[in-house]
Amino acid sequence: MITLSHYLMLSGVLFVLSVAGIFINRKNVILLLMCIELMLLAVNMNFVAFSRFSGDLAGQVFVFFILTVAAAEAAIGLAILVILFRGKGSINVEDLDVMKG
Amino acid sequence: MDMTFTSPSLWPAMPEIFLLASVCAILVIDLFLPPRWRHLTYGLSLMALLVTAAMVLRLGQGLEEPQVTFSGMFVLDRLAVVLKSAALLVTGAVLLYGRDYLRERQLDQGEFYLLTLFSALGMMVLISAGHFITLYLGLELMSLSLYALVAFNREQSASSEAAMKYFVLGAIASGMLLYGMSILYGVTGSLEIETVASRIMEQPVGSLPLLLGMTFVVAAVAFKLGAVPFHNWLPDVYQGANTPVTLLVGSAPKLAAFAMVMRLLAQGMEGLAGDWRDLLMVMAVLSLALGSVVAIAQTNVKRLLAYSTIGHIGFLLLGVLAANPMGYAAALFYVLIYVLMALGAFGVLILLSQRGMEAETLDDLKGLNARSPWLAAVMALFMFSMAGVPPTAGFYAKLLVLDAVVDQGMGTLAIVAVLFAVISAFYYLRVVWQLYFEAPINGSAVVASADLRWLLIANGGLVLLLGILPDQLIRACLSAF
Repeated sequence: MITLSHYLMLSGVLFVLSVAGIFINRKNVILLLMCIELMLLAVNMNFVAFSRFSGDLAGQVFVFFILTVAAAEAAIGLAILVILFRGKGSINVEDLDVMKG
Repeated sequence: MDMTFTSPSLWPAMPEIFLLASVCAILVIDLFLPPRWRHLTYGLSLMALLVTAAMVLRLGQGLEEPQVTFSGMFVLDRLAVVLKSAALLVTGAVLLYGRDYLRERQLDQGEFYLLTLFSALGMMVLISAGHFITLYLGLELMSLSLYALVAFNREQSASSEAAMKYFVLGAIASGMLLYGMSILYGVTGSLEIETVASRIMEQPVGSLPLLLGMTFVVAAVAFKLGAVPFHNWLPDVYQGANTPVTLLVGSAPKLAAFAMVMRLLAQGMEGLAGDWRDLLMVMAVLSLALGSVVAIAQTNVKRLLAYSTIGHIGFLLLGVLAANPMGYAAALFYVLIYVLMALGAFGVLILLSQRGMEAETLDDLKGLNARSPWLAAVMALFMFSMAGVPPTAGFYAKLLVLDAVVDQGMGTLAIVAVLFAVISAFYYLRVVWQLYFEAPINGSAVVASADLRWLLIANGGLVLLLGILPDQLIRACLSAF
């Protein structure tokens, strides 16, 4: 029997993985964008699980909004990535170091 | 299941609806305009903002009880009226300040104005949010537009780097906000802020899931404000973005972020005030310390103002953590005055950036008095106000916050805040010293169009006037809670 806590654990693990991915990854900006998507999906899992087990539909409605915004967010992120690559010729995280202090 | 549908009252949301309709209209108009008619987009955008602000003020007249519509998703209360009208007017001032700068660099494309309008719309939705969904949508509409604006100057690699940092950290903050919201939803079974608040009250004290959800939400809010330890994006974004965009990022969104604090912490998690105030206290002290100490080492004015922002956010948090109407009113007063000062200080930088030259370092401010006495006087006024010297508005802002904190029996905290304010006065006064007592490196006179000059003088005059006669604004702030 799969209970609410199983879902919560899975989404918790996904969330921690995505945060760890963002902070450990020093190579590629695209990986950062993937981690951000994973983070939002972990949250969606949480909302759907809570919604299903409490019988309240609002949580699932919220998920639709999050998915839509995530698509817009990915579009903006990739657009910034493109101009970043044009300017620097690299998408290495370590090359994002023009400004410091 | 109840299948009846009653159409919601659209009246309280009329300003938002009007702004959305005008943005869409301007988007289409701009598409068909020949380049030499470009200034029409600017004029229409400014007009749309001013008309929307007038509508907000009209709706706010005689508003006693909060009006709730769209099944609790949208709230129009006095707090919303004050913050929305201020945010709209500030955004309008940003467009005015930035106009000549953008025109000189051929950056005055329609996209700039449209993205600014969209972010203003996002701020309005966020400020009036009565539900987690509207709060999130408003926040994202505002933030996504700002990310794009920071990257607006495609020729400059510092801009795209700043935009990428802002985007990644902003997305993490949104993720944390949503995770916190999902836990609160799981515990309370509702997404409506008012219902969440009342169900949190019924929960046992120290419920672990609630504390976890609260911590995530507080972290996200702190990021949007730029409080330590979530401040990393702020100096880079301020430095990397074009000065008009920095002006926008540093002003109106702070009002929206303050609304987010009020809606989520003060209203939604009122029952957890004893827990979140501890977190805010740590962040406030760290922000004050970092904002006052690290700024001393800066040579770039935009970076210096970024660290000064972090210090001001520390003061703002002091007002919030008093967790009573007086403290909230003091914080509201503080954020309004802060936005006025930031607007003016960056406005001076914009005026100094001419003909392909960017005024960014402290050297560019040296001997400004010899080049343009009135500009130096206005800049000195903003610096004195940021330092909190009477009779400027910055003095009253700090005084009210400290008063609210002492009133709650946190005298030590107030003393710490005053100490850091004194340290930060050092670098503000150093700027004033450079304006008046150093020889100018670049001796050319400053050219400014008449309307910009009047706007800057009005901005400075307001900072001085609100320092001499603050009663009206203080009363408006107190009546918002």
